Amino acid sequence: MYDFAYHKPSSLAEAARLLAADPDAKAIAGGHTLLPALKHRLNRPSSLVDLSGIAEMRGIRREGDSLVIGALTRHEAVARSSEVKSAIPALVHLAQHIGDTQVRNRGTIGGSVANNDPAADYPAAVLGLGATVRTSRREIPADEFFLGMFTTALEPDEILTAIAFPIPEKAGYAKMRNPASRYVMAGAFVSKGKMGVRVAINGAGPCVFRQAAMEAALAANWSPEAVAGIKQSADGLNSDIHGSAEYRAHLVSVMAKRAVQAAG
Amino acid sequence: MPQVTLSVNGKSHTVEVEGRTLLVELLREKLRLTGTHVGCDTSQCGACVVHMNGESVKSCTTLAVMCDGAQVTTIEGLAKTDGTLHPMQEAFREYHALQCGFCTPGMVMSAVDLVQKNPQGLSEQEIREGLEGNLCRCTGYHNIVKAIAAAQDVMHGRRESLAAAAE
Repeated sequence: MYDFAYHKPSSLAEAARLLAADPDAKAIAGGHTLLPALKHRLNRPSSLVDLSGIAEMRGIRREGDSLVIGALTRHEAVARSSEVKSAIPALVHLAQHIGDTQVRNRGTIGGSVANNDPAADYPAAVLGLGATVRTSRREIPADEFFLGMFTTALEPDEILTAIAFPIPEKAGYAKMRNPASRYVMAGAFVSKGKMGVRVAINGAGPCVFRQAAMEAALAANWSPEAVAGIKQSADGLNSDIHGSAEYRAHLVSVMAKRAVQAAG
Repeated sequence: MPQVTLSVNGKSHTVEVEGRTLLVELLREKLRLTGTHVGCDTSQCGACVVHMNGESVKSCTTLAVMCDGAQVTTIEGLAKTDGTLHPMQEAFREYHALQCGFCTPGMVMSAVDLVQKNPQGLSEQEIREGLEGNLCRCTGYHNIVKAIAAAQDVMHGRRESLAAAAE
C-alpha cells in the first residue's frame, strides 16, 4: 500500500471541503473495500478523509413512512437492530449475511452503496425498495444512483450521508453465494408497496439492475410461481471462472422465486 | 507522522505511525505483540482478529490511525496476569482444537466475541456459521467447534469448569 495523508474531520462541511480541495483524496468509512483495493495498488489516493467522526452520518430512525439509516451504520448494527427488524425485516436478513462477523463489525452501509460493487448486497436493497440516497448536497432516487460497475451518480467531493428506505408491505432477498469467496453470484431483492412492485438483481451483471418482466408478472400475481418461469437474458451478464453468463441468468430466476417466497 | 494513542490489553501506548500502517503492523512491529498473526492479508482468513472496543475485527484491514482512542485486546491480553488461561484458551487446549496453531489466536478471539454476543447459547450449527471469518488450513474445525461449545457453558456460568463440561 502506498502512503497517504490522513484527515479526520468532525463535520460534513469540513469533510466535503477536504475532498473538494484535493482531487486525489478519497473518503473512508469502514475501509473494508477501500483498504483491500489500496493493498493491491488499484488506487493511489494522496489523502484519506476518515468520515467516522461525523455524528450527523450516524443513527437509525423512522421518518414518517421511511426508515432512515445513516451512512456510517455498520452491517452488524443493522443486523441487530430491532427498529430495522420491525420496519423492514428483509434488510436485517440481508445485513446478517454480508461477509463475516468481522467484516460486518467494520463495513458500513454507506461505503457499500457508494462503492457499488456488482457483488455487494446493499445496492440490491436500495434499488429493490426504491430508496432515496441522501448526500452532502442533494437527494438522489435509487433509479438514478447506480450508473455502472463501481460507478454511481456521486460527484468526487459529494458524500453519501444516509439512505431513506420507504417501508414496504412486503420485501424479500435471496442470493447464491460463491462457495469460496461468499460474494454474490446472483441475488434478487423484491418488494411491494407504495413504490410499486420492484425486482432488483445484483451479482449477475456489472451493475445492479431492475427486472421489468418479473416486476410486471409480480404486479399481476404476487407469487413465487409468477417469476419462476421468467427467463433472464444472459446478454451482458458477468461471465468468469465461477460461472458463465448463462448460469447466472438461470440463477436470477431461481433467486427471484426464493426472494418472493421469503417475502411471503 | 500521525500519532495514535490507544489502549492495548489495558496498557496505554502512544505511537507514531504512517497513514498506511495497519493495526496488525502496529501490534506486531511496534508493540512486539506477535501473537496476532497475518495469514492472507486480504481480510478473509481471520488469523489477525483482535477485539477493538469490544468487537472482533480483522486487524489487517484496519488502519492504525483510525484506532486513536480505541481499547484493543489481543490474544496476549486474554489470560489473567497470573497466567490463568481464559476459559476459551483452556477449552482449545482441553479439546485439542489446534494442529499447527497458526489460526489459533484469531480463532480464539473470534470465538470469545461470538460467545459474549450470544449469552442464550449457540448450537453447533450457529458456532460453525459464527466462524465464517476464520479459516483453519489444517481443517481442524470439529475440535474447534467442540471447544467453543464447551467454553460457552463456562463463560456464561452454566458450568463451573471444563472438567464438568466434558462429563
